[in-house]
Amino acid sequence: MRRYILRRLIQIVITFFIFITLAYFLLEAQPGDYGQIFLSNPKLTQAQRDALKAMFGLDRPPHERYFRYMSSLLRGNLGISFSNYPRQVIDIIKDRAPRTLFLFLTATVVSFTIGFFTGKILAWKRGKSLEYVVTVGGVTLYTVFTPWFGLMILWIFAATLKLFPIGKFITPTLWRGAPIEATVLFQRMLLTALIALVILFLWLLAALRLNPDRRRPVQWLGVLVVLAGLAAYWIPTGLTRYILDILHHLVLPVFTLTCISFAGTMLLTRNSMLETLREDYIMAARAKGLPEKAIRDKHAARNAMLPVVTSFVFSLAFAIDGGVITETIFSWPGMGLTLLEAALTQDIPMVMGGLVFTGTLALLAHLIADILYAYLDPRIRYG
Amino acid sequence: MQESRRSLDTFLSPEERERLRQQPLWKIRLHLFARSLRTNWRLFAENRIGLIGLAIILFFALLAIAHPILMKYVWDPNVYDPVVGYAYEETMQPAPPSPRHLLGTDPLGRDVLSQLMFSARSEFILGLVAALITVTIGTTIGALSAYFGGVLDTFFMRLADIIIMLPFVTILIVLSALFKLDLPKLALVIGILSGFGGTTIIIKSQALTIKVRAYIEAARVAGGSHAHIILRHIIPNLMPLSFLYMMFTVTSAIFSEAALSFFGLLNIRMSWGLMIHTAQTAGYLLNTKTWWLIVPAGLSITLLCAAFYLVGRALDEVINPRLRKR
Repeated sequence: MRRYILRRLIQIVITFFIFITLAYFLLEAQPGDYGQIFLSNPKLTQAQRDALKAMFGLDRPPHERYFRYMSSLLRGNLGISFSNYPRQVIDIIKDRAPRTLFLFLTATVVSFTIGFFTGKILAWKRGKSLEYVVTVGGVTLYTVFTPWFGLMILWIFAATLKLFPIGKFITPTLWRGAPIEATVLFQRMLLTALIALVILFLWLLAALRLNPDRRRPVQWLGVLVVLAGLAAYWIPTGLTRYILDILHHLVLPVFTLTCISFAGTMLLTRNSMLETLREDYIMAARAKGLPEKAIRDKHAARNAMLPVVTSFVFSLAFAIDGGVITETIFSWPGMGLTLLEAALTQDIPMVMGGLVFTGTLALLAHLIADILYAYLDPRIRYG
Repeated sequence: MQESRRSLDTFLSPEERERLRQQPLWKIRLHLFARSLRTNWRLFAENRIGLIGLAIILFFALLAIAHPILMKYVWDPNVYDPVVGYAYEETMQPAPPSPRHLLGTDPLGRDVLSQLMFSARSEFILGLVAALITVTIGTTIGALSAYFGGVLDTFFMRLADIIIMLPFVTILIVLSALFKLDLPKLALVIGILSGFGGTTIIIKSQALTIKVRAYIEAARVAGGSHAHIILRHIIPNLMPLSFLYMMFTVTSAIFSEAALSFFGLLNIRMSWGLMIHTAQTAGYLLNTKTWWLIVPAGLSITLLCAAFYLVGRALDEVINPRLRKR
């Protein structure tokens, strides 16, 4: 297992370098160069022009530029954003990345869970009219034009029913005179949520070893304990209403992102279940007279999960894309919105920063999915 | 072709067989083709979901075909042109749906239905061009790397690994910041990205199973060159799978185009995404009273994407026997 992870880690590092190199070539291949928006200003004198060129490194040969770019990237220097002039790109990423991460993680976990369970049931009820309704509904959500779907959600829940705010990250009036900055608070929230998630995951894993009859209450107890722990940590700090404000803003984006990405997992699980159900061991389980639920959950679903996890890697990129679009619709100030704004204002360093960030996110998510897969499938581990 | 004659023989009576032997080869091939088409159609039609998808595609194809005819014979170009027309008889723009303008007009006074129909054509062209490029690249690379293996295989597979990991729309946003993208260029980029990406991996794995079949061995023994084996034996057998992945590429191409033009990143005249973008920049986005600015375009994108996806899934059940009904 350790050797496998190590090997994957090395591969990921190499892939990361190839990715950065490709990104750099993309930058080089654009017509003109990124200094053009400044250099084309006719008021500049020749000396100023040369100074600007030297600052951007445009007076050097391409291979030297490449090494300069790589070395400053490794030192965490992604340049200065054009549109937020004195701020460093890396600084902006540090501010906004947690928001994207939170959105992405919550939506991914929720949509995978929902997708897996519905897919399982769908395969079981093959040929019933329920299957058609859910499949068509799922495919519609999967291929729905995300911006439009987000707008519809905003129309219904925010503009008409006024249950939720229309986009943005916080309610400014509430935060006037708040004892803590929203970004800092959000980072703490993210940290506690991650810890809670890990504890919950370990608890549920431990509960799997129990007798199936007694498993349910123990699992629910775990959920309650974790929630109580979170409440016990946050309520004494007196920041609850600020947290609730952020969460209130988070509901609609997470809901949207979940809706559009759960169907992918659902349809995959269905196909994978259908293939598993033809295996001999399912027939054997039936012949033994096991209850239907046990066959479905313990014999079929567990084996059907393997290809779903593999293909989950594909859906990660899809979820990141969905995240970018969702952030834009809900003006959630994460990396997606930042990337889009940078693209619209020709802020090339910021665009490259966003690209590096999404690439890294995709690679890391890939790595985690791989490790999870190795954990689920022993054949990979010793292969 | 000796093979196909022999397989045909087992189904036929001696007289029929004799009659068939008199016929030229192309007629038999056509016959075989028609027969496999019929069987596949029956399998496809078993699946109601695929038929729904096909119906939606046909509906939009009709819209796309009808537009130039309507423009020529029924609609006045000054009023109904999707890009430069102006509905001068309406006092307020955007005007609500009326008998003259079935889906109303947009904030610039252009007929929404005309825009919708005009865009359908370019969506089809974009989707099909991107899909053709993808399938050409994917099938070629897949067949070559499965057949030759080695460095070629490793290189293309690692490249594909990187491409499938990257979020598609995000890359396109970055590209549109660096380059000026119009419709043909976008089709090219989407085609290349998905051609070198996931499609190649799947087609290659299929090609690997074909490569070890007995008839490939036979062709090699008979003295067939590499080019002959790849072109006449491997690629024709990859075609069904390639066709399937064309459907999925069409979905992603239409979706990406719509998203990019919704963000205003594309350099195009009219498209469904751009229609929503126009409504947004004019400030009609969250106004429930002007639904016709957003709902028809959004619904069209969704329906057409879903339709190609559904057809793809139904074809999957035709091609992959393991998914068929018990």
